[in-house]
Order: sequence, then C-alpha cells, then structure tokens
Amino acid sequence: MIKIYVPRDSSAKAVGADEVAMAIAAEAAAQNISIQIIRNSTRGMAWLETFVEVETPNGRVGYGPVEAGDVRSLFAAKFYEGAKHQLGHGLVDELPYLKNQERLTFARAGITDPVSLSDYISHGGFEGLRKALSMTGAAIVAEVTESGLRGRGGAAFPTGIKWKTVHDTKADQKYVCCNADEGDSGTFADRMVMEGDPFMLIEGMTVAGIAAGATKGFIYIRSEYPDAIATMKQAIGIATAAKWLGHNIQSTDHSFDLEVRRGAGAYICGEETAMLESLEGKRGMVRAKPPIPALQGLFGKPTIINNVLSFAAVPFILAKGGAAYKNYGMGRSRGTLPFQLAGNIKHGGLVEKAFGITLRTLINDFGGGTFTGRKLRAVQVGGPLGSYLPESQLDLPMDYETFAANAAMVGHGGLVVFDDSVDMAAQARFAMEFCAIESCGKCTPCRIGSIRGAETIDKIVAGENRDANLLLLEDLCQTMTDGSLCAMGGLTPMPVMSAIKHFPEDFDKPARLQAAE
Amino acid sequence: MAKKMTLIDLQFGKSDPATPICANYGNKPDALLEILHDVQHEFGHVPETSLPAIAHALNLSRAEVYGVATFYHDFHLKPTGKHHLKLCSAEACQSMGGRGLVAAVEKFLRVKIGQTTSDGLITLEATYCLGLCASAPSMMVDNKPVARVNVDKVKSIVEGLRT
Repeated sequence: MIKIYVPRDSSAKAVGADEVAMAIAAEAAAQNISIQIIRNSTRGMAWLETFVEVETPNGRVGYGPVEAGDVRSLFAAKFYEGAKHQLGHGLVDELPYLKNQERLTFARAGITDPVSLSDYISHGGFEGLRKALSMTGAAIVAEVTESGLRGRGGAAFPTGIKWKTVHDTKADQKYVCCNADEGDSGTFADRMVMEGDPFMLIEGMTVAGIAAGATKGFIYIRSEYPDAIATMKQAIGIATAAKWLGHNIQSTDHSFDLEVRRGAGAYICGEETAMLESLEGKRGMVRAKPPIPALQGLFGKPTIINNVLSFAAVPFILAKGGAAYKNYGMGRSRGTLPFQLAGNIKHGGLVEKAFGITLRTLINDFGGGTFTGRKLRAVQVGGPLGSYLPESQLDLPMDYETFAANAAMVGHGGLVVFDDSVDMAAQARFAMEFCAIESCGKCTPCRIGSIRGAETIDKIVAGENRDANLLLLEDLCQTMTDGSLCAMGGLTPMPVMSAIKHFPEDFDKPARLQAAE
Repeated sequence: MAKKMTLIDLQFGKSDPATPICANYGNKPDALLEILHDVQHEFGHVPETSLPAIAHALNLSRAEVYGVATFYHDFHLKPTGKHHLKLCSAEACQSMGGRGLVAAVEKFLRVKIGQTTSDGLITLEATYCLGLCASAPSMMVDNKPVARVNVDKVKSIVEGLRT
C-alpha cells in the first residue's frame, strides 16, 4: 500500500489541506490505486503547505504547495511513485531548510501521526519518562539543571532552579501548569508542539510532576487554538488509556493527571500569575510577586509553571542526558531554540537551531528574504513586547545576554519581518494601543500609561510640540518600565523606544513634508 | 429524598439552562471559564439572565461572575451574528498588509470591527494572533483557520456562509 502524508497542522488546514486530502482520496479511488493517507504533523515549512509527502524506497518525496486543483496533475505524473512534478521537491530529508537545522525538540515534526502512540514510541517517545520513573525527584531536577535549560516562554529563568524550589517545598498538594497561552504575534512553536507532537508535552509535564512530587497538571491553552485544544485532549485520553498518565503510571507508584483548560482571548493570561488566576476561574489579574508561584501558585500551592517549549525540551534531556543538551548553544544560553520566521518573509516557518545563530542567517539563508521582495527595514524579535531591530543589527547572535545588552530580547524566538513599506510610528503606536486593550488594569503605569502613550505618539506624528512630546514619551516609557507590576506594562516601552531610536525619521513626518514643499 | 427547592433556588432559576452546564463541571468555581464557553457555545452568547444561576451554582457572588464574563474578550453578553469572522490584527499580519485588509473587509461587510452585519449573519472581530504568522495575513471563520487571506478569499467565504 502506498503511504501518502498530508499534514493536519492548522497552518496546512488554513491553506486547504483537508480539501487536498479529500481530493487525493477521491482520485485514488477513481483510478483504483490503493493508498493510505496519513495525516501527519507539519515539517514547519509554511510556504510549502499543503506539503504532501509520498513514501518511496529511498525515503519520503515531497510536493508543495499543493492545492486541491493540483491533485489530478499529480496523479497524472504518478507522484504516488515519487515521480517528478513541477511542485516536486525531491527527497524531503535532503531539503536544505530541514537538513541545516538542529531539531532536538522538533525531531518528529512532519514525520509522525500526532495522535499515534505507536508512532511516538517508535520514534523515541517516552524514553525520558521511562528513565524518570526510576529516578528520584532530586536526580531529575539535577539532570534538568545540568542541561542549562532556561524558560522558553521568554523570561529565560533557569528551569532547574524553578523545579528545585517546588521539589524542596513541603505541601499536601503541588501542581504542574503549562503555559500554552502563546499570544505573541510571530510565534507558533507551542501550537506546533500541541497539534503535532502532543505526547511530548504530556511526557515533559509528567516528568516535571514526578520531579516535584506533583500529581495534578493543567495545560492552559488559548481559545484561538481550537485544533491544539482538541489534539491535546485526544492525546491525554490515549495516554491515560495506555497508562502513561493517571494512576500508577506504567505500574509504578507514580501518578499524574492532566487536564486541558481553555483561555478566553486575554493576552495578559500569558503572564504566569494572571494565568493562575484564570485557571482558578477568575479575571486574569496579575498577582504581585512575592510570593513566587513555585512557593504559592495555583490554589496557593507550590506550582511548576513552564512554557510548552520548556516542557517539550525535557524528554530529550532525560533520554539523552543534560550534558547532550548543554553541548548546543553559546554562553549561558544552552541548547536549541525553535525560531519562528514570520511576517513578511519568503520562506516562513520553524527553524530549530542552537543559540548563537544570527538574525541574518535566519532571515536570509533560511527565510530567503522578504515575501514581497522589497528591502527589509525592521525585524521585531520576541513578540509584541520585543524590540524592533534595524537591518544594521542583523548580525547579533541570538543569545539571551547579547540581546539584553542591546536593549532587545530573544523572548519566545519569534521573528516578524517588515519590508520598507512599514510605518514605524504606526508600529510604535500599535504597541501602546495593544497594551491598552490587553492590560489587566491592576497597575496604573500600564493601564493609563498605555493610553497616554498612544495619545502622545499621535501628537508627535502630527508635529505638535514634537521635541517636548518625545521627551514626555521617553519619560512615560521609563515610568512604565520601572513601575509596572508585570512584563505587559514593563516591556511595552521596548518596541516603542526601539522604533524611536532606530527609525527616528518616521516620527518626523510633518517636518519632512514641509521640507519637501 | 430529593433536596427541597429553596426560595433562592427558585429565584435564581434551577430551571435556568446554564444550571446543568455548571453541574457538568461539578459546580466547581475554577471551571467558570469552561462553563461560560459552553454556555456561549449553546446559546450563541452568555445571556445576562443566566449569570445569577451560574453564581448560585458555583457559590460565587453575581459580581464575581459578571466580572469574569466581562473581562475576557471571548464572551459576549449580547446576541451576536450567526458566524464569527475574526481577522488577525497583530504585527505579523500587519507586516503583510493586515491593516489594509481589515479596512477592505469592513467596507465589504459594511460593518466596523466589533459589529454584526444587518442580516445578523456575521460578527466581525479583531483577534491578536492565530499562530499562522508564517502565512499571514490570517483569520478564523468560526473555528476554521484561513491563511494567506485577501479580500477575494473573504468574499468567497462569506458567499458560502450566505447560501
């Protein structure tokens, strides 16, 4: 039987993958060709979706971007035997985009059926958990500490230290919470994990539960990700039935239950304490710290909170050892980061590489430059609260410390590329506007500062007391940075100030227009 | 013996359709968001008249339930259109002409973001990121993601919803 792979990831469905799969099934039936269609995860090459693969004796051969209307001509060319076609890309494993990556977390991306437990296990799944089941909590924590893993949600706090705190705290109940409220524009790696390799997240969280002595976990998934919610729920059901979750996991003394909770469209719930409030059924209002969630988290109990990618890195670390993970990277940024190439980029998608790679390599070599073919003008790194960097800073290596030293942040590894048609004053205003829409309202600098910030940018752009208002805006940004309770208000000045610093000409339009006259 | 109906039960509607939904979650207050999602799924919005019943079932104050229902962008206390068209308005989509797309769709549907078409078919909303940033601009039609959106794509999808 011929095996044909059609991705089920929402980035593929969004460009018609379901229709492509149906067309292939219909055409095969009409031509009386016996095929099996497998809905695999995505390889993370968004510009090639729908990326159809066919299994051949030499390996899988890929075709894309395929639309339903292309299916007939693919059959005419005998694509099901791996034959040449104008949409053909040859052997998938030989594609430079994939070959030049270091996929540790995304090793199974595009290869397996996300909800097939046997696929998962035959591709190295549950090796880490198997080891963890026979280890002490302290030994697991030591392994994670050794790996150098830091929180992949953006704050980059050492995961081992967080886990140790929860491990060392005595309590009748502890929790493990996964922050899957991936609200940053330009990021989709969490979504790819949940839709494409859900057992990996389950495995990582279960290891965390065993390490800390927690028996209950929650995955807080944003409502904008209905496919991720459905896939995670399905995978939890399958894992529980196979005794990889629940009571006495694999007949050991360890037990761990996992539950999915839906968000409701509030960006602020990606902030860990707001997420805890939301998980408790309350308004997503940020909590003051201390106490830190590791001591008093969900329902006041010690709680491990990590991002999807942090938990997803854990199975590899346990299976291959912390040292194997630590071998990748530079400085204090160890391991790999799944970078997400987004926005105005020709070859957008997921590139997992060790820390230290430059923006230029990511954008030019992997990304192929801008989508429109126009000149690149700015790159926003690390989500809506990250800095806008100009072309001249593209040679910075992606490393937490280097970026911090340059008033920028790596964040969750998302890169949004803009071409030269971008109006940076509009982008700066949007940062303030977005903060005003999404602020929880608890602290004044964020709640009111964001509104005043947007008004002040309007005045600057209109040429009203430009210099005085620029000074005022700078002062306001400093107040937000210093006085906000959380990163929402505290980091909104980053995109604003970076836009002013690197693209001052966009804030001086009336003057330029007058000069032109 | 069945529990006697109290005056409070009568007042806050044991008969309210939200009451069994709360029971599905064991009347646990931490499940409030899930409950509101389910109520909205069933009725198209979260009827304000159901809030007291939810509060009663979860042993919360009405103010607490109202506070949650109005905090989150997802929940609508008033009826909305039959379908929801959510256009991504975040940075990655902006970099691919998202602002112009929003304006064009507003013009085509003759509503602004947050409004419902006069025939009650579509509520147009803004959303901030659907995780389809490598194939921007994107949108969500009910629960279906759509990428590489342009006005023509929106028009043909809306035509499909009309028939």
